[in-house]
Amino acid sequence: MKKVLLSGFVIFTFLGYSVQQRFDAEQTSVIVPNSSVTPSAGFSTIVTPTPSPTAAQAGSTPPLAKPTATPTPKQLGQYRDGQYTGSVADAYYGNIQVKAIISGGKITDVQFLQYPNDRNTSIEINTQAMPYLKQEAIQAQSANVNGVSGASASSAAFVQSLQSALNQAK
Amino acid sequence: MDMPVIVEIVGESKAQAFETVFDYFHWVDNTFSTFKSASEISKINDGRLPVSRASREMLEIFRLAEQTKRETDGFFDITRHGKLDPSGIVKGWAIHNAALLIKKMGHNDYYVEVGGDIEVSGHNADGKPWTIGIRNPFAIHEIVKIVHLINHGIATSGTYERGKHIYNPKTQKPAGEIASITVIGPNVYEADRFATAAFAMGNEGIRFIGKRRGLEGYMIDTGGIATFTDGFEAYTI
Repeated sequence: MKKVLLSGFVIFTFLGYSVQQRFDAEQTSVIVPNSSVTPSAGFSTIVTPTPSPTAAQAGSTPPLAKPTATPTPKQLGQYRDGQYTGSVADAYYGNIQVKAIISGGKITDVQFLQYPNDRNTSIEINTQAMPYLKQEAIQAQSANVNGVSGASASSAAFVQSLQSALNQAK
Repeated sequence: MDMPVIVEIVGESKAQAFETVFDYFHWVDNTFSTFKSASEISKINDGRLPVSRASREMLEIFRLAEQTKRETDGFFDITRHGKLDPSGIVKGWAIHNAALLIKKMGHNDYYVEVGGDIEVSGHNADGKPWTIGIRNPFAIHEIVKIVHLINHGIATSGTYERGKHIYNPKTQKPAGEIASITVIGPNVYEADRFATAAFAMGNEGIRFIGKRRGLEGYMIDTGGIATFTDGFEAYTI
């Protein structure tokens, strides 16, 4: 879930860069691009999308156009129809680049052109709310093995701590 | 770490490779053991060394512990009665680093274990996947399950003493009655940190493992019933 939320921020940030370039003064709503995205608690870095050379500068005001005598709004939604490709940004775990497809003034599709996938920690997505679990009674096995995995005294750290506390209480 | 360290490198007969690995574990122990008053962690814990002057590796461990705490919703926590005990994350981290050392030497088939947490690469001396048994928490000389691993880590968190309670660090109350949980992951660092956290979650731990991509788990409750994740059985064939 956290991954999806972060991507959501990135999507809209890219849209902000791309759409603002084509900003029409007659539009009543504007997406102001953020120069940084504050991550949710799961991340320790800030994603800063790098604007492409053609994108508007962060924080700059939209170009003012003189209102025409007969304003003709092109669509009812917020965005102009079309396809917008965001610039490649360093999402710390890898590059991220999104493409937004806008139709009828609304975002109808978002595609990831590049997505961080070169580290184990960046591809864990909660795909199921309820994992499928099975049960069985344990049974002794008699085959030879190369090694055995079992708890050692200090791997159950919380139990060890409890034991030392109990020892002190005696 | 007063735990057996076992290293097997298939095809390697010279002692040097093994000594390099054992030297590394000695360094880990001298740095991170809370039982050694001269260790860096002991100096930090009793104020002889400020965290601002901690070593790069110590700061890395703190960072990884914090990340693991977030990823486990607080169930993994190295703070203990006002002190830091990073052993729950150092162990898997150190074994994984030792495995990387062996790989850097040019080996592809090896086995590294510290106290029941294991990382394997490639195949055993018979040319087959490494066969690892899961210990019976009620009869420690028995195994109750066998898995076949090639490039994985496996870690087990648990207690062999009946009547011991697992404490939920958030409620300070017993978390639920499980005897052990074994986690298989892409390396032993991942397996160990999540096995530690999942154990603290009690009965819910296996569900947490099941939800996390890349991990499989086998939990044994105090009644001798095992609950395991969907993809676990693939390792038993």
